[in-house]
Amino acid sequence: MSLAARHLEANGVSTVVMGCARDIVEECGVARFVFTDFPLGNPCGKPWDKEMQRSIVGSALALLERAWMPRTTVQTPFHWENDTWRDAFMRVDDSNREALARAGEERRRLQAEIKTVR
Amino acid sequence: MDNLRSYRSFVSYIDRSREYYAAQGYSRPYAWAHHDDVPFTPLQKPLSGCRVGLVTTAGRTSAEGLIGAGGLMRGPYAEPANPPPQNLFTNDLFWDKNATHTNDVDSFLPINRLAEQAAAGRIGSAAPRFYGVPTDYSQNRTLQGVAPQILEWCREDGLDAVILLAL
Repeated sequence: MSLAARHLEANGVSTVVMGCARDIVEECGVARFVFTDFPLGNPCGKPWDKEMQRSIVGSALALLERAWMPRTTVQTPFHWENDTWRDAFMRVDDSNREALARAGEERRRLQAEIKTVR
Repeated sequence: MDNLRSYRSFVSYIDRSREYYAAQGYSRPYAWAHHDDVPFTPLQKPLSGCRVGLVTTAGRTSAEGLIGAGGLMRGPYAEPANPPPQNLFTNDLFWDKNATHTNDVDSFLPINRLAEQAAAGRIGSAAPRFYGVPTDYSQNRTLQGVAPQILEWCREDGLDAVILLAL
């Protein structure tokens, strides 16, 4: 997504990226970025919360107008109702380490099978 | 100040996904795009005269590709913005399915919110179509195939600015 934004910018189209994965977007490097510190999935605000969505779109439009140099990030003022998602997402610990290793092996077995069929 | 912290607040998905896939036995981590230089195009006219488009990583339907061990393969697409889609396909994408959901399209593709901005005169108009891009493992396929296609559609639709939203 960030790569597409960069391509548009390089060809004369102004862009703003909206997202929740701050490190991925900023490592790639984009012209304008509206960051909302939410779990991945709702970069434009909570589901059914029109007011919040209006505010976040408003931030994106303001950034289009006002940014004067690339890599301009703004963070919206919203918070998720709790912080449990931060540690829970893609967590690796003793409770799931073996299951993850097995899932990886199974995935590689399937991939090898598909390759053989093709 | 509100409080003191000895850690960074926002999640690093580069770190998190590397450790997660390492635990699955993938020892060679994914190499994320990194650039020192960033292209920049200032808005060429007042926003109230601009036509603004949207790009999403969501898909149109689940039937577009096959979900298998190799992941979902799909290409870029352009769809009419009116009538706005009631739902889009996101199940194959990397997002937090335990913490939230994507049943409200405007939470990840603000197609109705943007139309409101056009009706209010904040922007000149909303694009007649929105575009979809795959989240491709291959940066080359994105750069050589997808990105030029999106640019072509932007030109066909006369867009001045684009909002891109990653799930």
